[in-house]
Amino acid sequence: MAIDKSMNVLIVDDYKTMLRIIRNLLKQIDFNNVEEATDGAEALGKLRVGNFGLVISDWNMQPMTGLQLLQEVRADGRLKSTPFIMITAESKAENVVAAKQAGVSNYIVKPFNAETLKEKIEKVLGHA
Amino acid sequence: MHDAALSDQASLDALAARLAELRGRYPAADPAMVAEVVRAVLASMQGDLTPKEAVLLAGVEDLARTIANAKDEIAAVGVDEITDNHIPSATDELDAIVQHTAAATDQILETCETLDRVAGALDGELAASLQDATTRIYEACSFQDITGQRITKVVATLKTIESKVAHIVAVVGGAGAEASAPVSADAALLNGPQLPANAMDQSDIDRLLASFD
Repeated sequence: MAIDKSMNVLIVDDYKTMLRIIRNLLKQIDFNNVEEATDGAEALGKLRVGNFGLVISDWNMQPMTGLQLLQEVRADGRLKSTPFIMITAESKAENVVAAKQAGVSNYIVKPFNAETLKEKIEKVLGHA
Repeated sequence: MHDAALSDQASLDALAARLAELRGRYPAADPAMVAEVVRAVLASMQGDLTPKEAVLLAGVEDLARTIANAKDEIAAVGVDEITDNHIPSATDELDAIVQHTAAATDQILETCETLDRVAGALDGELAASLQDATTRIYEACSFQDITGQRITKVVATLKTIESKVAHIVAVVGGAGAEASAPVSADAALLNGPQLPANAMDQSDIDRLLASFD
């Protein structure tokens, strides 16, 4: 199944440097329509007024964490089927289980490489 | 109970022996007068300490001495110096490390973005090679995020130590202790980066996720 790389992608991280890194890596694999948010609340606002085909979010943010953002997305009738990838340094099994139970589409642990990001995006969007 | 009765009897026997000895040494002393003095002394002790209370009092006195010694030791260590200067200084230094590495990382990323634009203007193997190099640099630059999170954990630990030290000083000094704030379920999941020996890698996480399918 061909992936539409012109889709809007929302990346969410409270580290601006990380946003910049992910944006550049996405650009290298031809995802050019990328928007940014620096916490869950800002991301939710953008998701509710925009049209995004993929969310890539950090977990550890304030005031709304990535997990809370995921829960809000899955509870929203319009957004609930949006593919959602968590990219986080939280690598404990309890975190992965909590994210899965909240409906995460895939989970990438930091530090990650470009190949892992590409592979997970293809896997998630291939199943979308 | 039986042992206590025996002990009381032994005390009475010892007292009788002591009185007999005193009568031998001071034959002129009127036993009735001695008895009256003893009765007067005993009467003056009405409501005073029982033996158990005396033991308890000795324990309390020991505790008071221990607390006083602890106060002296805390004063000698210079706890105020730790909480007022050392820990704030250490956290400032760590904050500065985060800021400087972030600034350096931004400069590296800016340079990479320039190289990416150059790669876009090139063709073939050269362009692919240049983009591959910038990809590796982007990946490596994510160290800054992990480092920042690790340093944030260290700062939080230092602040906890500062708070605990202040708590101990407050308790020893007689002030009331502040209760710790309860941790929410969501906050309990904010563990941050794990040390390599304890961390799950991407393949572990993939296996765990696949176990749900």
